[in-house]
Amino acid sequence: MVSLKHSTNGLLHVAAPQANGQPPTRDAGSTAVIEAHDIAKIYRIGDIEVRALDGVDVTIHRGELTAIMGPSGSGKSTLMNILGCLDQPTRGSYKLDGVDVEKLNDNQLATIRNKKIGFVFQSFNLLRRTSAIDNVEQPLIYAGVAPRERRERAKAALEAVGLGNRLKHHANELSGGQQQRVAIARALVTNPAIILADEPTGNLDSKSGAEIMCLFQRLNEEKGITVIFVTHDPRIAQHTRRVIRIADGKIIGDDPITDPIVACPDKALPDPILEKLEHAAA
Amino acid sequence: MLLRELIKLALNTLAANKTRAFLTMLGISIGVGAVIALMSIGTGVQAYVTQQFASAGANLIGVVPGRIQRGPGGGAFGSQAPLTMADYRAVAANTPNIVDASADFSRPAVFAYANNTSEVNVTGILANFSAIRNWNARLGRTIDEADVTGRSRVVALGQTVVNDLFEPGEDPLDKIVRINNVPFRVIGVMESKGSSFLGDQDAVAFIPLTTAQERLFGQQAQSVNGERIVSTIYVQAANKDVTPAVISSIDALLRERRRIPADEPSDFSALSQDELINTFGAVTGVLTVFLGAIAAISLLVGGIGIMNIMLVSVTERTREIGLRKAIGAKPSAILTQFLTEAVFLSLIGGLVGIGIGLGIAFVVSQVADFQPVVQAGAIVLAVGFSVAVGLFFGIYPARRAARLNPIDALRFE
Ligand SMILES: Nc1ncnc2c1ncn2[C@@H]1O[C@H](COP(=O)(O)OP(=O)(O)O)[C@@H](O)[C@H]1O
Ligand SMILES: [Mg+2]
Repeated sequence: MVSLKHSTNGLLHVAAPQANGQPPTRDAGSTAVIEAHDIAKIYRIGDIEVRALDGVDVTIHRGELTAIMGPSGSGKSTLMNILGCLDQPTRGSYKLDGVDVEKLNDNQLATIRNKKIGFVFQSFNLLRRTSAIDNVEQPLIYAGVAPRERRERAKAALEAVGLGNRLKHHANELSGGQQQRVAIARALVTNPAIILADEPTGNLDSKSGAEIMCLFQRLNEEKGITVIFVTHDPRIAQHTRRVIRIADGKIIGDDPITDPIVACPDKALPDPILEKLEHAAA
Repeated sequence: MLLRELIKLALNTLAANKTRAFLTMLGISIGVGAVIALMSIGTGVQAYVTQQFASAGANLIGVVPGRIQRGPGGGAFGSQAPLTMADYRAVAANTPNIVDASADFSRPAVFAYANNTSEVNVTGILANFSAIRNWNARLGRTIDEADVTGRSRVVALGQTVVNDLFEPGEDPLDKIVRINNVPFRVIGVMESKGSSFLGDQDAVAFIPLTTAQERLFGQQAQSVNGERIVSTIYVQAANKDVTPAVISSIDALLRERRRIPADEPSDFSALSQDELINTFGAVTGVLTVFLGAIAAISLLVGGIGIMNIMLVSVTERTREIGLRKAIGAKPSAILTQFLTEAVFLSLIGGLVGIGIGLGIAFVVSQVADFQPVVQAGAIVLAVGFSVAVGLFFGIYPARRAARLNPIDALRFE
């Protein structure tokens, strides 16, 4: 197995010159993309109070690749939804890229979700009866990107996830792994600062899961995109450099991974597709 | 974000969900089409009835023995002391504001020619019949003054009788037909009036009144005191406005002549066309209301259809809205998209519905005696209602979903 360090350096010669801002190294400097403090989410069902999150502090820096682990019902999805601005916490403060999220109105939140965040769901959430490229174009429509440029960027994003030959396929004509890659293309087509994925490999077999991990690693290493994903598969979590453990709505562990697994097989490495993506997004 | 983009997005969504779009449009089209068709049929029937009576002659008043109840279910009641020639002459001489007056005597008779027979009413008329009843001969002539004074055995046949008695292409003029075994010479064929709810108006034959009373029906045409009987007295009023006054003076004159005590109702009836139209108008009005009710039900059913389809897809649509919000759609963008969809469906559905309605009206006009009358009001009502239903059920769930947290919309069940 090739070590991550080597493969990273090999690719950086291609991608780094266009990388935005700082190089995506492991200790990504001190710029915090996510600063959440004392986040709580409490559901009340009748007399019963469910503390889905109960005082969570998370700080994640630019360029990190992080896994969140924990048993079912521990609050992982709740946390991801709050971090992704899809949901509001009952209490606590959350700064995304320096912006106080709780002060934003509906329209500003929509803009944040559109421009800064790419969210990937366990169940893909693609539009039915709509082609892969049309699905990937959707966020760009809301971003006000002109049709021609939209097409090009959506095509580049699909090529980046290895689906350049499936542009016109509808979701029901694609395998689960391919559908999830369409969803990832949709998440990264707006060139977001951060990709959040809630159990992206949960519905996939191990081979498709590894493909997704390869994609995340390359996006992280080569483009410096901050990636956070939820998994309860310890082996999947070993593909990152940091694992946050959560149980009963509280963080119970936050450990670095010293020797991450590299998901990308040797021969998947050379294609400079990510460079293309960057050109299109520029 | 461009409106054009949102409209395109809405149209793409419709194209991607053709069945749903089609069914929604169908609901709107059926509602609109049914209302327009039924309302125009109802109005057409009413106009037809009015026109049927109007074609009997302008400002015509008919006097018949017996008391006619107004309204549906009416009929002649009471002692039917017949009207006489003396009554007719008195009315003609003493009623102010009339153009002319006429009388007829009508009884069923058997017509025979060659090996053919026909049973219709034969009607004795005066020479002024054609002018008052607005009915002339198509071929030859009708009864004239000389026929009446000479008690001639001449007859003007209605088209139905001609069809019954003569072979196709045979010229009936100057042929001798037998009416109750009495030979009559055919002098003319009447204009065809077609058949209607009033029956076959061409199943008629006209002979001089004097001939009918004195030569053909004899005893049947005499009252107990030996006076000549008439079936109907016709009076043509000078104009529409004086018609009620003319009716009351006829009424007064005949009551006096027939010595009817003041506290008893008349044993005859003087009716104007307007009254007949009103009587039938009440019936056709009920018909219009009835058709209107059916139309309203169709509209409601169409509306429920639209609602159903919109609500069935609400889960799917709410999730879609959740996803769109998650990838950065603003509430206004979502509303615009769904509004566009609903407007588009409603408009196309409405237009197709108008087409269906007009199509049905056209088909009816081809097969029925009457012309459906398409009213702008019906179109506006039908389209307005359907579009309102389409818009409400298209937008209301979208509005609700657009306000949800993206994650709540995504989880919607
Ligand atoms: N909308 C909700 N209403 C009530 N309780 C909820 C809701 N969403 C999540 N919960 C509860 O919050 C807890 C955490 O849920 P979740 O974040 O989905 O867990 P995980 O993703 O780690 O499996 C669970 O106990 C769950 O039942
Ligand atoms: Mg979960």
